[in-house]
Amino acid sequence: MNFQLSEERQMMQDSLRRFLADRYSAAQRDESVSNAIGFAPQIWAQLADLGILGALLPEDVGGYGGKGFDLSTVFEELGRAGVVEPVLDTAVLCGTLLASDPQGKGAALIEGLIAGNVQLAFAHGEVNSRYERLWVETRASAYGDDIVLIGRKSVIVNAAGADHLIVSARESGDTDDREGLSLFLVDTKAEGLQMRSSALMAGGCAAEIDFDNLRIPSSARIGPAGGASEMIEAALAAAEVALAAETLGAMETATQLTMDYLGTRQQFGRPIGSFQALQHRVADMLIELEQARSAVINAAGHLEEQPAVRDRHIAAARNLIARAGRKIAEEAIQLHGGIAMTAEYELAHFAKRIILAEHRFGDADTQLERFIDLSAA
Amino acid sequence: MDLNYSAEELAFRDEVREFLREELPTDLSDAVREGRSIGKEGHERWHSILNARGWLAPNWPRAYGGCAWNAVQRHIFEEECCRAHAPRIVPFGLTMLGPVLQKFGSDAQRDYFLPRILSGEHWWCQGYSEPGAGSDLASLRTRAVRDGDHYVVNGQKTWTTLGQYANWIFCLVRTDPDAKQQEGISFLLIDMDTPGIEVRPIILLDGTHEVNEVWFTDVRVPVENLVGEENQGWTYAKYLLTHERTNIAGVGFSQAGLDAVKRLARQQMHRGRPLAESPHFAARLAQVEIDLMAMATTNLRIISAAAAGQAPGVESSMLKVKGTEIRQEINDLARRAAGAYALPFASEALEGDNSNLAQPEGTSAVSAQYFNNRKLSIFGGSNEIQKNIIAKVKLGGRT
Repeated sequence: MNFQLSEERQMMQDSLRRFLADRYSAAQRDESVSNAIGFAPQIWAQLADLGILGALLPEDVGGYGGKGFDLSTVFEELGRAGVVEPVLDTAVLCGTLLASDPQGKGAALIEGLIAGNVQLAFAHGEVNSRYERLWVETRASAYGDDIVLIGRKSVIVNAAGADHLIVSARESGDTDDREGLSLFLVDTKAEGLQMRSSALMAGGCAAEIDFDNLRIPSSARIGPAGGASEMIEAALAAAEVALAAETLGAMETATQLTMDYLGTRQQFGRPIGSFQALQHRVADMLIELEQARSAVINAAGHLEEQPAVRDRHIAAARNLIARAGRKIAEEAIQLHGGIAMTAEYELAHFAKRIILAEHRFGDADTQLERFIDLSAA
Repeated sequence: MDLNYSAEELAFRDEVREFLREELPTDLSDAVREGRSIGKEGHERWHSILNARGWLAPNWPRAYGGCAWNAVQRHIFEEECCRAHAPRIVPFGLTMLGPVLQKFGSDAQRDYFLPRILSGEHWWCQGYSEPGAGSDLASLRTRAVRDGDHYVVNGQKTWTTLGQYANWIFCLVRTDPDAKQQEGISFLLIDMDTPGIEVRPIILLDGTHEVNEVWFTDVRVPVENLVGEENQGWTYAKYLLTHERTNIAGVGFSQAGLDAVKRLARQQMHRGRPLAESPHFAARLAQVEIDLMAMATTNLRIISAAAAGQAPGVESSMLKVKGTEIRQEINDLARRAAGAYALPFASEALEGDNSNLAQPEGTSAVSAQYFNNRKLSIFGGSNEIQKNIIAKVKLGGRT
């Protein structure tokens, strides 16, 4: 048994933490958030230079990592610093999808991605899909050598800043069948694609996207025709490990800010941290934080396992982090008092990040249902 | 025991319902239901409609233009207003300052200010909290120094709700810095047009502007704007706070919020079925509804006792804690119900225009409201302060 990071990962963590402490101030985050595409291109370039994007992808496609603990190490730091740049969407979700194409069609894009020159979004969620992983109503129909896409994708994160979308669409089967799903690479400027983007509460952007008879060559298909379900599930698994670690990082910062504030804020002639009722609540936050840390380790450590084992651990981690995260975010606000309600104070961003993480890929209840289903199997 | 309203109370409820059906503008009720701001104009329009009917000041005596309703009638009125998605009555002049002037003000103050609160000529805001005086309100430091027939005020107030709309502010100021904390405080009425006052917006974590900082630099206030006696302001402040805590349970808000969550859960799909049919979501919903049913009855027990002339004790602190916990839990359910549609930052929706968003009905404001209503357990005496009060009263003498 050994819970130490490997030497390489320790170095990556140190250099990323140093970089973010130097460069990713609250002012930088505000600048990133206020950009129409939801991130700062110069920060993205610097993350690429540091090798962070490559660390999230496996060696066989030109990366130098891509394992569960690579993801968790990088994303805990991104979460601690409150980074809003779309590393999760471009590098983890889309990078993993491209890397898993048996024909290697995405090789050129991955090379660009690792170099920091490509932005991607996974156009998968739909109006009625909620958190179901394979619920796809968007249709892909063959016309000779072409494919025509018809349908709507909903709350697609990073679409506004993306060069390409990876679109899930159904070539056959019913709405929630495992079989019949395919993935297509689509230029965001393609004709027949309509996008309405809006800013997100916790930073970044997401769009509603309509495909109105969008015509693409069948060579735009990534992975097997009608057989993309396993690729989708594997990419979502990686993204959930990353998001769990990112949320853990944000929870660490929220807890740290709260402890610092309790030490300085004076009411009734003494620091409010000297009141036992508040001390116990901080102790509860710290206990939950360690639970969350272990949950992330469990999930990251099982990312390379077979899907049923992998997904059961991921569902467990995300259920626990949804519960612990809510407690920590709400208690951090309450223990601060009024100042935590202001947009200007840094906790606001972290609290929003923690709470709204639950709204990607499955909330506490959905994860609980997955865990129950996978435990029975 | 009889859990039902009397025939007179039911008749009164019908009268209120009919009034709301006839007089509540739909643009205002739509905005309230969807969690959008109605702005200064919306508040003023609703106040003038209520005032025309004579229903703007439910808790004032008739002599001052109020309704003189008892606690049960006030509760029915508030409950029906919430159910109809009427805007809340802006409380600073009507609920807070009015009763203080009626009990402690001079005749001249009553004659001048009370009619102007009703007419809307004066929009009041509350100058209580300071950056260093939140839960510990009595540690406030804004100074008022007597200079001839004026006080000269210097200092800073914060969390001033809707101060950007106000033309008058009632303030707690320190007039005797050497006295014990609570004994050197006075209650001043200040015209916001006086030179030396600056209002600075505070933007909240959901992007809204509802509170402000108010800065005072050598602001000259005529001594006739002192309420009651100098250095007795803490007494008046506490009296005001007991009025601030009426309707503290927010039963009507919770009921309206719960209805909205149920509507949303019927629309949103989960695994191909309405979310309302998901056992986990249904259990969460049922749990909070059970809590609300009991809390509503606690509220009625206290209202009924108050109507019979008993002054509420620690029960109002209990209602504040439980009432805000339930409202926050309902806000949490609403964001859960919205799924991924809780992610967008629908600031347009908060201010009116949401035509650019592809959000399903009822989802655009859920996360903003969830975050915004974290304030409920912080303001009006934080829930920790309420628990201190409960413990001090109930445990007092034993420890």
